[in-house]
Amino acid sequence: MTEVISGWSPELLGVQGRVLDVVRAPHPVLATEGAVVDPRDPEMIQLAADLVATMRVSPGCVGLAAPQVGVAAQMFSLDVSGHPKTRTCHGVFVLCNAEIVESSRNEKAREGCMSVPDFTGDVKRATRLTVTGVLPGGTEPVTISTDGFEARALQHEIDHCAGKLFLDRVAGAHAVYPRKVYQ
Amino acid sequence: MSQLAVTVIGPDRPGIIADVTEALVGTGVNLEDSTMTLLRGHFAMMIVCAGPYDEVKAALEPLRGELVITVREMGPEHRHAAIGAPYLLSVHGADRPGIVSAVTRMVAAAGGTVTDMSTRLSGGLYVLTAEVELPPAAELTTLNRALEITAEELGVGVTLRPAESDEL
Repeated sequence: MTEVISGWSPELLGVQGRVLDVVRAPHPVLATEGAVVDPRDPEMIQLAADLVATMRVSPGCVGLAAPQVGVAAQMFSLDVSGHPKTRTCHGVFVLCNAEIVESSRNEKAREGCMSVPDFTGDVKRATRLTVTGVLPGGTEPVTISTDGFEARALQHEIDHCAGKLFLDRVAGAHAVYPRKVYQ
Repeated sequence: MSQLAVTVIGPDRPGIIADVTEALVGTGVNLEDSTMTLLRGHFAMMIVCAGPYDEVKAALEPLRGELVITVREMGPEHRHAAIGAPYLLSVHGADRPGIVSAVTRMVAAAGGTVTDMSTRLSGGLYVLTAEVELPPAAELTTLNRALEITAEELGVGVTLRPAESDEL
């Protein structure tokens, strides 16, 4: 099952991705629960390509959910390859209608988000995770079991699809910080 | 309309925040940054807000007494420009005078700045946590060594670790 995801590439979508604008909080779409999508709908296949293309041009971005480009839908792209904190890695993929089926071993870490550029926050997330979903263009559910940074990124994106930001999950009254920008 | 710094401190009771912010909202004030916490039974608030000085002062007047309130005009907004990468500094150990001054002096000597800090004392245990920015030129090894030596003299433990966030 994991091989299906690792073997996936955006070329399989057969359409050219477009770079879209990333919306920022407090845009209402970021607080809207995303609709369940039909992974075979050509519009959704185009959206999948657009998410990958937009993620690719955004420096440091390891994941992008449909609400972040203004579409309240349950779809996100992910690619944590090359990130120093990554352990298990499934490369680049897009997942539709993803659901968490198992999670354990919570750890707290500081997260930032392209849609919340001025803040970061400490969030507790599972470090062992199993998720199901459907690849764009596909029909069969796929299962992905992962850990560490990929697990954190998946939970962050699945939250976006449910209309939640890391700000909804911060670990305490003093767990939101102004983003430190320097150089 | 100027930027105001409002500080409020007093023995804790339910409703302090509600009372103070209700008085402020009555003057059309928009709360901006604030930090509020309970310090050994005293509730303390620091609020930065934009509003008319005289009206804000007058609106808070009835609350004075049990609460010590100050209002100060601050002039134009002063944005903090980060001087370098963020770090978390934690110190804990047996309580004694001089821990904060000694540790923050080490940070300052390395060109670093503290952007957030809180300390707690419980029984004999003293705990300090701080967000610190260090300039790119800072000698991390030297600073760590200096902190270790200071900590040893004070009889406390100290750790300094990067607080960089992951972009998701």
